[in-house]
Amino acid sequence: MHGIRTAGDLVMRMQMKGMRLNKAKEYVAQKLGTDVFTLSDEYAMKEIREELGIGTINSVPGQPKGLKAKAKIAEVLDIKIPCVDMLR
Amino acid sequence: MSSTYHTRMGDGRRIEMTKEELKKDIEAGASEAAKKIKVPDLTDNEKGHLLEIFTAPERVVSVSPEDLIVMSTDVGPDTIHMNYSEFGGVGVPVHTVTANMIAERVVGHDCVMNTFRAGNFKGTSVSIIQVQQDIENLVKNSIAPSLYVGMPNFGAYYKPDGPFDNVGDLISKGKVEEGLKIYEDIIPACKHDISWVAEMTAQVGVDGINIDTAAAGGDGEFLASLQATEEIKEKTEMSVLLNMANHFVLGMHGGIKYDGQTLGNMMPHQQVKVAEKAGVDIFGPVVNTNTKKSVAWNVARAVTAIKECSRVANIPIHPNLGMGVCGAPMVEIPPIDAVSRAAKALVEIGRADGI
Repeated sequence: MHGIRTAGDLVMRMQMKGMRLNKAKEYVAQKLGTDVFTLSDEYAMKEIREELGIGTINSVPGQPKGLKAKAKIAEVLDIKIPCVDMLR
Repeated sequence: MSSTYHTRMGDGRRIEMTKEELKKDIEAGASEAAKKIKVPDLTDNEKGHLLEIFTAPERVVSVSPEDLIVMSTDVGPDTIHMNYSEFGGVGVPVHTVTANMIAERVVGHDCVMNTFRAGNFKGTSVSIIQVQQDIENLVKNSIAPSLYVGMPNFGAYYKPDGPFDNVGDLISKGKVEEGLKIYEDIIPACKHDISWVAEMTAQVGVDGINIDTAAAGGDGEFLASLQATEEIKEKTEMSVLLNMANHFVLGMHGGIKYDGQTLGNMMPHQQVKVAEKAGVDIFGPVVNTNTKKSVAWNVARAVTAIKECSRVANIPIHPNLGMGVCGAPMVEIPPIDAVSRAAKALVEIGRADGI
């Protein structure tokens, strides 16, 4: 799904919690306030990711990266991310 | 004269086949899986779709946007800097953190993943501080979920690398009872190394552990992997990915059981059920490539097995699609025409959740 170019990293996170593909995509789409088709659209996902502060593939100064982006992902997806918990 | 299509043998050699020859190989490959792996055969529609995939004129084929899957990869980022012999690596002189950032930001990987040299848990256990240091830096600098990968690798426990006598040598000398006893003794040692490395990586914030090439050393190694999974899930909150080495579990011992079921000779659709029982979050089934058959034959056999594995699974399945497995040719640089056809078939017919 092309990772942080789109929403591949987010779907992967939900699969790592045992969710099968379609359920994981539906969960992520619902949390992002979009639909499953949009999850693989680089154009739309860049805007969604920038608005939510969950990191984009381009290195934009000031945009969240690394742990900062992951802390926001934990909030948006309503999941625990171990390294974020350690930071807190 | 009938027209021909470019395709390949299981060893990667380019060949030409007619549509009729491709159809015959697809039917034979699916039939072989149905018979030997004991799963339902593909339907006529599915075989027809496979034929369309193999007669498509494009060099690279793909799936529709709705069917896109994620890739957990097999230490994909570390192949940027590691060596060829162990990881298919390309030897670019960068650190594992840099390699993973390139994989995430340039290649678009869905997760980041690193390992230690040689990749087995026993070897990693003596270098864990270095591993923890690498993971600390990786999780600070990446956005995608992070995985640490290792192999149970029973072979590393035999002398001179490890403390145990070589079970294969003992059995071949007729010392069967002695060999089986030693084989049983390796199981807790292997389980301990997997669990301990997982706990140490969890301490520095990794998201999951990838137990790779499980059961390469047979049914005992599979049991060690399942028992380690139970312990990891009990002691940590990390995800567990379990990837297999073969489509059948070698019955090196023959009497090894988990949850009352004999592990030797288990096939993917049976393996996934014991993996679920142990607490695995993502399961990676394998179907080994036959180098003497065409890619069409191999892909048909692989998707027939994977389809049944996916049907019975409650957890995501990520078939291992790489050099010599799940229809990809057994060759150093797997040709993209063959790999993309295998991937499309695994998604559209095998119903894979990822690769």
